[in-house]
Amino acid sequence: MNGHGAPVIEVRGLTKGFGAARVLDGVDLSVVRGESLVIIGGSGAGKSVLLRSILGLERPDGGAILLGGQPATPQVRADFMRDFGMLFQNAALFDSLPVWRNVAFRLMTSLPRAEARARALDRLARVGLGPEVADRMPSELSGGMRKRVALARAIAADPRVIFFDEPTTGLDPQRAASINALIRGIVDETGATAVTITHDMTSVRSIADRVAMLARGRLIWQGDVAAMDSADDPELRGFVEGRPLA
Amino acid sequence: MNPVRAIGRATLELVRGVGAVAIFAARGLAAPGFQPRLLAEQLLRIGWLSLPVVGLTSLFTGAALALQINAGGERFQAGDVVPAIVAIGMVRELGPVLGGLMVAARVASSIAAEIGSMRVTEQIDALVTLSTDPMGWLVTPRLWAAILAVPVLVGVGDVIGIMGGWLVGTTTLGFTSQGYLSSSWAYLESWDVVSGLIKGAAFGAIVALAGCWFGMRAGRGAEGVGRATTNAVVAASVAILAANFVLTGLFFT
Repeated sequence: MNGHGAPVIEVRGLTKGFGAARVLDGVDLSVVRGESLVIIGGSGAGKSVLLRSILGLERPDGGAILLGGQPATPQVRADFMRDFGMLFQNAALFDSLPVWRNVAFRLMTSLPRAEARARALDRLARVGLGPEVADRMPSELSGGMRKRVALARAIAADPRVIFFDEPTTGLDPQRAASINALIRGIVDETGATAVTITHDMTSVRSIADRVAMLARGRLIWQGDVAAMDSADDPELRGFVEGRPLA
Repeated sequence: MNPVRAIGRATLELVRGVGAVAIFAARGLAAPGFQPRLLAEQLLRIGWLSLPVVGLTSLFTGAALALQINAGGERFQAGDVVPAIVAIGMVRELGPVLGGLMVAARVASSIAAEIGSMRVTEQIDALVTLSTDPMGWLVTPRLWAAILAVPVLVGVGDVIGIMGGWLVGTTTLGFTSQGYLSSSWAYLESWDVVSGLIKGAAFGAIVALAGCWFGMRAGRGAEGVGRATTNAVVAASVAILAANFVLTGLFFT
């Protein structure tokens, strides 16, 4: 782990409800530059809502979000997004664009077309996909290939912050392992700050420097991944060991 | 519940809804990130690909109109007015309204389904994370393409509708080709045509707006997309008929 210095992302007392359900109930979280934080928690724990709130895709009911030390106003968030990449749970590739245009999407506004395509092919190679995939449409790809393409898109512009939303959901164990290895490799190579949400403990052990567990709308435990297995918190223990819910 | 309170709440909801759609439309017309390539794509999809359905609708409408006017006109020895009334009826009313309704059925549904699918598969969220305004990327090109393309479709539909009347007039009703066309032309004023084209632009805006509005608000899953599609077509069709009444009142009273 190489995470030191000012937090890249800070969440203070974040609350969010849907109807009567309180999904986030005062979440405090800090992500420092260069670390790989993995947020774990059961289904419906609010992991995705937390991530979406940080990105401005959900409007929180209360609390504060700071990006680079500044309150997340639309302008601050726009600046943050310029150096940001995200791997969505179901890849979220643009159906109407071929693979290379998906990967080069952000680059098309700043680079000539040929250069953007060359960069897309390079990023595809980095996630283990050959140039023969470049002109195919997303609908022609398997689930694992779609995740890889989405990963290539997330890293295309060398972002300093990357979010991974359930990166291994729906993949077989071998493909999941290769995605985990790719993510860890990218984080190590680029020094990017990474936030991953998952309930896959293999992913946690492969990707995380630090782990935070979300339950009942709050972060109930945070610590280094090495400390996770020896932690006393019964909810964390139950989750890590996969004990059936009472 | 107190009925006054219920009426007040419904009125507030209506005003809030109209305001939200108006803001959405204003943002859609002027969102940053305009790309000519996206506009050209949508012009092709909304304009060019709608030509067959609008053309066929106009052809049969013009032909049926000629038969109807002839049958009605003969009751008071006014069969000669068929060409003029077909032309005026097509360019002022039937061309824009039927063209608008056909485009609503074809385009509002496809826009709502496409954007709704993008919403439920997080593609719209992906746009945001790629520093791209979904309004500028998705709504602006569709809105402008519909505003530009539908008047052209209406103009082409007007011509085809008049040709439908001409076909019936010359093959069934005893008009000469020259006589039918000169009679059509003689009574047609430029405002008849222009008012129809303005209606076409308004109906195009309604169609694209309905498709984009309901698509962007699609609920989760296939059911949400299906509901968005249905709502877009129904809302666009009703709004076109209501707008036609208002515009006709404005233009011709």
